[in-house]
Amino acid sequence: MSTTLDPTPQEVSTSPAAAKDRAWWWWLPYAGIGLIVLYCLSPFYWMLVSSLRRTNDIFADSPVPTPFSIENYTAAFADNNGFLRALLNSFLVAGITTVLVLLIGTLTAYALARLDFRGKNVVLGIVMITSMFPTISLLVPLLELFSSIGWINTYQAMIVPSMSFALPLAVWNLTTFFRQMPTELEEAAQIDGCTPAQAFRKVILPLAAPGVFTTAIITFIAAWNEFIIALSVVNEKGLKTAPVIISQFTGEYGRDTPFGAQMAAGVIVTIPLVILVLLFQRRIVAGLTAGGVK
Amino acid sequence: MSTTTEAPPTPSPPPPRQSRRAGAGRLAAALVTPTMLVLALVVAYPVLAAFRLAFYQKKDGIDPETGLLEQGETFVGLENFTDMLVGDAGDRFRNALFNTTSFTVVAVSIEVVLGVLMALVMHRAFKGRALVRAAILVPWAVPTAIAGLLWRWIFQADGVVNKVLDLETPILWTTDGFQAWVAVVIADTWKTAPFIGLLVLAGLQVISNEVYEAAKLDGASPWKTFWAITLPLVKPTLLVAVLFRILDTLRMFDLPFTLIGPGKDATDTITVIAYEEAVKFGKYGPASAYSVFLFLYVAVVAFVFVKLLGADVLGTRAGKKGR
Amino acid sequence: MVTQGRVLRGAALAAALVLGVSACGSSDSGSPDGGAGNTPAALEGVGPISFVTGKDLSGNLQNQIDEWNKSHPDQQATLIELPEDADAQRQQFVQNAQTQSDAYTVLNLDVIWTAEFAANQWVEQLPESEFPLDKLLPTTVETAKYFDKLYGVPVDSDGGLLYYRKDLLDAAGLTPPTTWAELTDACGKIQPTNPGLQCYAGQFEKYEGLTVNFSEAVNSAGGVVVGEDGKPNVNTPEAKKGLDFLVEGVKSGQIPAAARTYKEEEGRRAFQAGELLFHRQWPYQYAKASATDGSSQVAGKFAVAPLPGLDGPGASTLGGHNYAVSKFAKNKKSAVDFIKFLVGEDQQRANLEKTSKAPTWAALYDDPALVEKFPYLVELKKSIEKAEKRPAVVKYQEVSTAIQSAVYDAMGGTTSSEDALKSLQGKLEELTKQ
Repeated sequence: MSTTLDPTPQEVSTSPAAAKDRAWWWWLPYAGIGLIVLYCLSPFYWMLVSSLRRTNDIFADSPVPTPFSIENYTAAFADNNGFLRALLNSFLVAGITTVLVLLIGTLTAYALARLDFRGKNVVLGIVMITSMFPTISLLVPLLELFSSIGWINTYQAMIVPSMSFALPLAVWNLTTFFRQMPTELEEAAQIDGCTPAQAFRKVILPLAAPGVFTTAIITFIAAWNEFIIALSVVNEKGLKTAPVIISQFTGEYGRDTPFGAQMAAGVIVTIPLVILVLLFQRRIVAGLTAGGVK
Repeated sequence: MSTTTEAPPTPSPPPPRQSRRAGAGRLAAALVTPTMLVLALVVAYPVLAAFRLAFYQKKDGIDPETGLLEQGETFVGLENFTDMLVGDAGDRFRNALFNTTSFTVVAVSIEVVLGVLMALVMHRAFKGRALVRAAILVPWAVPTAIAGLLWRWIFQADGVVNKVLDLETPILWTTDGFQAWVAVVIADTWKTAPFIGLLVLAGLQVISNEVYEAAKLDGASPWKTFWAITLPLVKPTLLVAVLFRILDTLRMFDLPFTLIGPGKDATDTITVIAYEEAVKFGKYGPASAYSVFLFLYVAVVAFVFVKLLGADVLGTRAGKKGR
Repeated sequence: MVTQGRVLRGAALAAALVLGVSACGSSDSGSPDGGAGNTPAALEGVGPISFVTGKDLSGNLQNQIDEWNKSHPDQQATLIELPEDADAQRQQFVQNAQTQSDAYTVLNLDVIWTAEFAANQWVEQLPESEFPLDKLLPTTVETAKYFDKLYGVPVDSDGGLLYYRKDLLDAAGLTPPTTWAELTDACGKIQPTNPGLQCYAGQFEKYEGLTVNFSEAVNSAGGVVVGEDGKPNVNTPEAKKGLDFLVEGVKSGQIPAAARTYKEEEGRRAFQAGELLFHRQWPYQYAKASATDGSSQVAGKFAVAPLPGLDGPGASTLGGHNYAVSKFAKNKKSAVDFIKFLVGEDQQRANLEKTSKAPTWAALYDDPALVEKFPYLVELKKSIEKAEKRPAVVKYQEVSTAIQSAVYDAMGGTTSSEDALKSLQGKLEELTKQ
């Protein structure tokens, strides 16, 4: 297996013969791409447009905000909201959660994919079982537990539950990816003097990078957007995460929905994720082609 | 990652089977423990507590003088479970079970098709691919609570959807009825198809290019290449993605709750009624009984899923990859 | 098998935790204090407190707290803000009580939660003599009482008003309707010349607002939902007339079908777009609909009146908030002093000016300067003085959900109003039996 892992295996209409044969539908893939992008983005576009209206215009339905206004954004970042601080907290919580989940998830997945021991399926089963219970039923016992061990108003009270929600998928997904990797490479590296751990780290991990990276994205997004636990375990303003602060946005009078400010906040918390993913994606692809094992 | 350095270096000549297995077992235990500890701390205790609560009911006698409630709870055996099945509560429960199931079957099916399409699109090479990838990620990145509000706004009586459809009598999406169910499915597939797309994309990325080249040499059509090569190769990843989507959708709460609102027969799921019982009514016994039932239901579904398609999910290592 | 061993040990640990924590949970559940009379146990403890409320709308709350903190350096108050959504607020309050946490001291509770919080002993009974209750609107004080004892102090109120298109009524030579029949007549006269104009809407989505609108209809027809004696009584001709106002309204198109999706904001959208002749709504709409920045089509064209009823002016349902003291808090004496500070006339005036929330201090409604600034105050005072509170029952949430279910189905035409009320009566009896 030569593993350049060219990220672009399927060129659109490659050979001239194919191009001639299928000329009539060459545009189909592009139309499909267009449709999918439209499908994904049009609700988001509505969110963006709504966020750029004046507060009093939240009911308007023109496709372009007229008059255009950034007052929802200035309102979202108003000093008494503490939104900036909340974004920082969200980054901390989601970032630490992601790193820890990848770390211990990789260890566990390695054991499940590569080591020969009994009870493997039992472990996989237990890991999956933990994501079968409705979160809402975990909340009160978890609160009792956290208050009895003094975890109220701490970062770990948000990080550890987020980890537990992300770990099952991480373990299962990583296990699948590691299993797909050929063992011969690892064995060859071991013959060259690597320990199994080194062989795994230097050979398998880079090969499985797309899987690891995807797990990281999914974990980060899930932790970034986690709401009900973060709302319940923290009441100190300086520790609150972005979704919690967003839920506290209000209108002027209490009964009016701060729809514009909420949509602005939605845009603000979504865009960094997308940029983050774009940046990482480039690096991952670059790393793959540069460091790939030939 | 260097924490594994204490691992016994496997000597090249294969040692006797028994001791190798024991060594691997110790190492495996060390590697698996951190995950298990985190899960035990957050999930094990609350789950056990919920199981216990499912057999209790809060006392609700009122002191006629002071109006104060009796404190404490009584053990009621299986009453919370039997109550679930009879009378009004029974109708409500069966209805919620049906919704939960129909949402899962329909939404996850659509999401699989859309998700795989998205992955194939994201995997293609063309100008601006990075932007397309980012676009596809957007729905998954929007916080669920905000997405619920957004869709409620879009689906309201004089919202954008009705403006675009421009019907004689606008559809009242958020009123109880089939249209509410459809609205939830639309919003849910929008939100989570990218999840499947992402995971499948990762699966596509680790398939060696040679496989495709070989197929091309054999003159296989793209259609045939997809069914005969691509799909089997991403199947393990796809199955994990689908499995976790099923687990999530069976516990669906946010969209029915924020988009349509609780108490609507067409969209109430088991988690929604468990939430109402627990958080709104303070009846933790019945709520836990719903949760325990849902837990068992999810477990059975997952078990059947893994058994039916399990060779690929739990499969022995190696197996399928581009060699 | 090492793995399984560990897992088992983990499970044992977790099981130990279950026992341990639930033991903590039940050991201190506190018994009713011998059912003492109207004088509650003295609330003691002086020191730092927290003030827990939905988001500070105007930043004024922080000013008030700063002012308090300046004069009470040893009893600093900190603000804890909760989500905007009322159900989410209630969930946090309940969770705090269930974990018996001392994190929350002074609670800002919706009036409908009083009975539940009092009966569960999550909030303290308060000494009536400590607060200037006689200066407050009497109906608002009633919302803070449970079994004739005070569990909170009303700080803001809310009452329904009939918003009407003054321009159209004037043009037709009509005065605002005081009865439902007059309302129907007015629509009959005005609608033909104004295509696209709908007659009447309130809050008819399946949520708390529907309970409010149903209670108003029943009360305005001379019926009750839950009587003075705490017993439900909705299977009556009066209640049926009330419900029929809503059910027949949908059937005849007097209430547009889309109104069945309306919460406050959806209705406001329709009214501001000039699509509604009459709209049952809270005071907050006044300023929004008066905006002259182009967002409201009806600025300067509408006015407010008391809600109409069957034979004469109807009765609104009371909204609003009460301040209460958490049972599990420390420093309850400071909490009482803090509440006293916040409900005083000066603080309520400042609050009205900054947030336009309806005060409970009666004299403020007659203050010429304030009436000039908030023209609806005159009608609002009448509305609140005549308003009925929603059932003060422990299982309020279940009662309200049952009401919403019955009314939503009746308005949707899936059950007759007779059957709806009959089965509702049965459910309410079950929920309120003692």
